[in-house]
Amino acid sequence: MAMTEDTILQVKDLRTYFNTDEGIVKAVDGVSFDLHKGETLGIVGESGSGKSVTNLSVINMIPSPPGRIAGGEILYHGKDMLKMSKHEIRQIRGNKIAMIFQDPMTSLNPFLRISTQMIETIVLHQKLDKKAAREKAIEMLKLAGIPAPEKRIDQYPHQFSGGMRQRVMIAMGLSCNPEILIADEPTSALDVTIQAQILDLMKGLTERLGTAVILITHSLGVVAGTCDTLCVMYAGRFVERGPTDLIFDSPMHPYTQGLIRSVPRLDREDDERLSSIRGQPPNVIDLPDCCPFYPRCDQAMDICKKKYPKWKNLDNGRTVGCWLYSEDK
Amino acid sequence: MTASETLLEVKDLKMHFPYGGGFLSGKKGFIYAVDGISFQLKQGETLGLVGESGCGKSTTARAIAQLHRPTSGEVLLHGKDLAKLKDKDLIAARKNMQMVFQDPYASLNPRMTAGDIIAEPMRIYNGHNILSLSRQEMEERVEQLMERVGLSRFFKNRFPHEFSGGQRQRIGIARALALRPELVLCDEPVSALDVSIQAQILNLFKDLQEEFGLTYLFIAHDLAVIKYISTRVAVMYLGTIVEIARSADLYRNPQHPYTQALLSAVPIPDPKVERGRKRIILTGDVPSPDKIRVGCPFYDRCWKRMDHCKLSKPPIKEAEPGHQVTCFL
Repeated sequence: MAMTEDTILQVKDLRTYFNTDEGIVKAVDGVSFDLHKGETLGIVGESGSGKSVTNLSVINMIPSPPGRIAGGEILYHGKDMLKMSKHEIRQIRGNKIAMIFQDPMTSLNPFLRISTQMIETIVLHQKLDKKAAREKAIEMLKLAGIPAPEKRIDQYPHQFSGGMRQRVMIAMGLSCNPEILIADEPTSALDVTIQAQILDLMKGLTERLGTAVILITHSLGVVAGTCDTLCVMYAGRFVERGPTDLIFDSPMHPYTQGLIRSVPRLDREDDERLSSIRGQPPNVIDLPDCCPFYPRCDQAMDICKKKYPKWKNLDNGRTVGCWLYSEDK
Repeated sequence: MTASETLLEVKDLKMHFPYGGGFLSGKKGFIYAVDGISFQLKQGETLGLVGESGCGKSTTARAIAQLHRPTSGEVLLHGKDLAKLKDKDLIAARKNMQMVFQDPYASLNPRMTAGDIIAEPMRIYNGHNILSLSRQEMEERVEQLMERVGLSRFFKNRFPHEFSGGQRQRIGIARALALRPELVLCDEPVSALDVSIQAQILNLFKDLQEEFGLTYLFIAHDLAVIKYISTRVAVMYLGTIVEIARSADLYRNPQHPYTQALLSAVPIPDPKVERGRKRIILTGDVPSPDKIRVGCPFYDRCWKRMDHCKLSKPPIKEAEPGHQVTCFL
């Protein structure tokens, strides 16, 4: 992966481990990706595959102990964030890299008015006085589609509905014109009609402001409609990465294939039987150095039980981690 | 019994919960959770019940099972009105009707083994002298059930925490089948599961239905899941059914503006299809069900509303045979 002009973030071989009583949990074990200006990158995977930990690592919010970043680099404009001081990171986090979390109720402080929380962020990161910051906050709420923002800004989080709270989070996240917005399951707690509203809003706003987005989700449907690039994660590693269209068109890794086939779809005939992936995701404590998917894989070979497959770069921008596509066994 | 015999009939079911009126709160009122719904369920079919959070799906299932005694209306199982039965007769009638719940973590007693959990319904009915199974018969039935739902019989003495989410849901299903019921009420049984596991469980439901001739009332908020599992579908909004039809008809030709918006909001996991779709974005949130509404419950959010929708309740119209819509259009 070459560093090009518009690469904002480069994650190289990131490893995040947690020490527990039962052993070392390798939540993220060698993840690499690039994020370019204005790009929307999707990370999909099932619960416990390490999606959220990847992104908490990027913004240096891994609770430590028990967690620690055991290796790798996170290059923000070529500078390694893992080597930065706390002060430097604070300049970036919330300012240049903003976050939205799944549950908007737990990520807003219930005791403080929306205005207090939004103004705090803006004053901290931008050279504005309180009055100007308040105006900026109102403007952002308006952009996020909140009716009567001048009044609602002085309300408390409980006075907003779930969808409205997520709008507040988006307004807050984008208030410092970040370069990167990390959205961790932003619509999973919402109903479909509200989900459609929020995805629509996020897409419109980030396109307008030129923000790059890392979207974490378990829903293949959400990814299909929003992301340019897609990473599929399984047991702490990416198994496949590439342009969204190509992956949906011809998934290469057996896990991606199984995942796409096991989602019930509206545009499919009912009598077609869903194919499912047998078994269940592995426990990531003390995983042996083999392909973690082989017990569930229909195309498993002998080598899969012995060694972890190497990353194979293909010329059309795709990468896959599977022995099926690797020549040097 | 013929295949087309009506197993369950719900007539104008209402479930209102009182709130307030306590020492501190001045206001007193009702939550109109389910406000007059009627449908029939034929032997061997699956009726899917969809709608957003708070529309009364779960309350409907609970009111049918008499876990909440309905405010008014009839619930006829084989022509016998459950709502009027005394507790003792109700227990006998309920043998024919079991539930599978959403959260496989909360619905299993953590201090009982898997075998005990599955045997418990049989033990209870033994205690009421409705069944008279010997200990050995129960043991055998538990083992049969476990194998049938895809759990090894050797797991009989394990506790719920030793199982994964998907496996726990299998225990819940085995428990529901222990009394060999005709009707199974499934309250969001797959929404807490990951996609690859969800597909396994959905297929299990289908297989069991074929094998035991079960009838399902299947609740989910995921329209694609409902499409896959159901023969007929009812769409709920704010405690009422807005549209009910055969599954194929509903998805091919949705009539109610709410159904149309709901279907358009579901993301489809295929980027090419997804890009070409037009969304009907509904404004606003689902209103609170604490008021008596004169007009159409969907009026506030409807994108095709007319003036008289506000003033009187829309009639039930037949769009095609077996396809009923509650709308002026």
